[in-house]
Amino acid sequence: MTATLQPLETSRNRGVFGTFSDWLFNNPKSFLALLFIPPVLWLGIVYLGSLLLFLAQAFFSIDEFAGTIIYEPTWSTIVQLFQPANFDIILRTLVMATAVTVASAIIAYPFAYFAARYARGKWKAVFYLLVMLPLWSSYLVKVYSWKLLLAQEGIIPSVLKTLHLTPLLEAFLQLPVIGGNSLSTSYFGTFIVFVYIWLPYMILPTQAALERVPLNLLEASSDLGALPNQTFLYVTWPLALPGLIAGSIFTFSLTLGDYIVPQVVGSSTLYIGNAVYLQQGTAGNLPLAAAFTFVPIIIMLIYLVIAKRLGAFNAL
Amino acid sequence: MNISGSNAVSFRGVARHFGNVRAVDDVNLDILEGEFFAMLGPSGSGKTTCLRLIAGFEQPTAGAISIFGFEAQGVPPYRRNVNTVFQDYALFPHMSVLDNVAYGLMVKGVGRDIRYAKANDALKLVALASYGERKPGQLSGGQRQRVALARALVNEPRVLLLDEPLGALDLKLREQMQVELKTLQRQLGITFVFVTHDQGEALSMADRVAIFNNGQIVQVGTPEEVYNRPRNRFVADFVGSSNVLSPAFCKTLGLAEKWASLRPENMTITPLHAAHPKSHQSISGRVVSVHYQGAATRLHVETQDGTALTAVAVKNPFATGDLVTLSWPGNALHYLDDAL
Repeated sequence: MTATLQPLETSRNRGVFGTFSDWLFNNPKSFLALLFIPPVLWLGIVYLGSLLLFLAQAFFSIDEFAGTIIYEPTWSTIVQLFQPANFDIILRTLVMATAVTVASAIIAYPFAYFAARYARGKWKAVFYLLVMLPLWSSYLVKVYSWKLLLAQEGIIPSVLKTLHLTPLLEAFLQLPVIGGNSLSTSYFGTFIVFVYIWLPYMILPTQAALERVPLNLLEASSDLGALPNQTFLYVTWPLALPGLIAGSIFTFSLTLGDYIVPQVVGSSTLYIGNAVYLQQGTAGNLPLAAAFTFVPIIIMLIYLVIAKRLGAFNAL
Repeated sequence: MNISGSNAVSFRGVARHFGNVRAVDDVNLDILEGEFFAMLGPSGSGKTTCLRLIAGFEQPTAGAISIFGFEAQGVPPYRRNVNTVFQDYALFPHMSVLDNVAYGLMVKGVGRDIRYAKANDALKLVALASYGERKPGQLSGGQRQRVALARALVNEPRVLLLDEPLGALDLKLREQMQVELKTLQRQLGITFVFVTHDQGEALSMADRVAIFNNGQIVQVGTPEEVYNRPRNRFVADFVGSSNVLSPAFCKTLGLAEKWASLRPENMTITPLHAAHPKSHQSISGRVVSVHYQGAATRLHVETQDGTALTAVAVKNPFATGDLVTLSWPGNALHYLDDAL
């Protein structure tokens, strides 16, 4: 009994595509290069390049009378950010972004926890659907809908009126800083809409992070005598923190850069986004717009450095 | 229910059902204080569920569990003086080895100096004294296993539960750890409850073994008892390897018409019709296959009526196709409880 010897290569026709595949298989470095060239070109030239070009404008200044840009390197535009009017804008945006992020995290956590630990199969699909659904409709429509809900003659005040709770609303609107003439013209209104709009971006990364916390680590913690709150503090929280940080980067930076929500709902005060919009548009002050653009970038960098120092990424 | 004080763990009619699945069904069990107790069984036989019932991760559907005479019902894992070494170790990836080991003391409010001193002692105990600063991710499987052990032992548990702790280790390391675990258990005097599907591991380490099948305990006894006097076909087959003889086959040998077990190493294999002691029982057959295993050779022999028997020879002169006689002393054959 003699077996017919097969040649090493199977007799499949290679073709041009097959030959190319073989070449890629034998040249893994070329394969990697091929994979990376398009995104590197996109990120490097189209994305970062244009951003850097724009940011570079911050180091020029504007001729107040002629309204033209003076192309001489200067710190004067950056320094303008620290004028009280401009610095107020930065501070207001920063406080709002922080409040929105903290509130989003608090609201997102139970959702994310439920989805990560308990939702299975169909319920998981329902969860994703509910979280993503708001993202499918237009951003502007959502913001204007909130104006209808919050306005003086809007739905929420009239529901409260029906319930005879109007005094409560009025008392709330009397509160300093967060109050105002109506919900739709108060800082609190802006805050609610921001939280609503950015919440999915907090829920999804948090859920993904919680899902990655192995159940047996929680059991091990409990086994070693940790009370449930200790298990949360020492195991769940640090392991989920990178996800929360990822979510907070979304909510924080999206709030820092947004200019529509404060225009539609709120007290008509300026945020960084509005400032950039105004300066580069109506005012034609591209250098100051660029300088304002620096602010969120610097803030995010500082935020990430602090997060890293606090060990937020140790569990990665 | 009052249970005697010398029992570390007692199960009385314990069941744990998951929907229609009876993971554990009517288990009665007494684990004595200070013994090395093994739970042995195939996967899905309920042994791990029993361990989780002791740890408190599962609550029984029926029956009662007591630990050192105290009713365990309703006592959460974090209030039980019982610690677990998990199958995949479950070390906290974001903490150093030392912090992992000190964790149990930390959550109980033991001061920093004392808990680190104790954690370092525990690491010394498992020969990892200089590894405290590392992260679990930087350790090998065997080292992680030791950290998991140290992390549990530092709490001075009265019962240590081990869930297939050596399963992920390679053979050499596993054998070494078996010896170390056994030594450690003797030295500390803690009750060890050890879950494994490896019968060799159970036999070599345990003082007593419980054999699990289909959510029930089939037999409990010392390793010698379960090996030499298996209760039924399942135990005979699962613990070691055995020739399980059918009632019909026993009858043809002129024995009682019952199921019986005959260990391969108790049989002598000789050329056909060679002399063997008169007191021995014997049967002839043909060698079907020969498996050299280093220390010994395993031979599969088929008798005239088609029964397949396995014999072991230290020095094997036989080849496939040879006609041979298998013989054994009468007391090597052990009758089983199985129904006919």
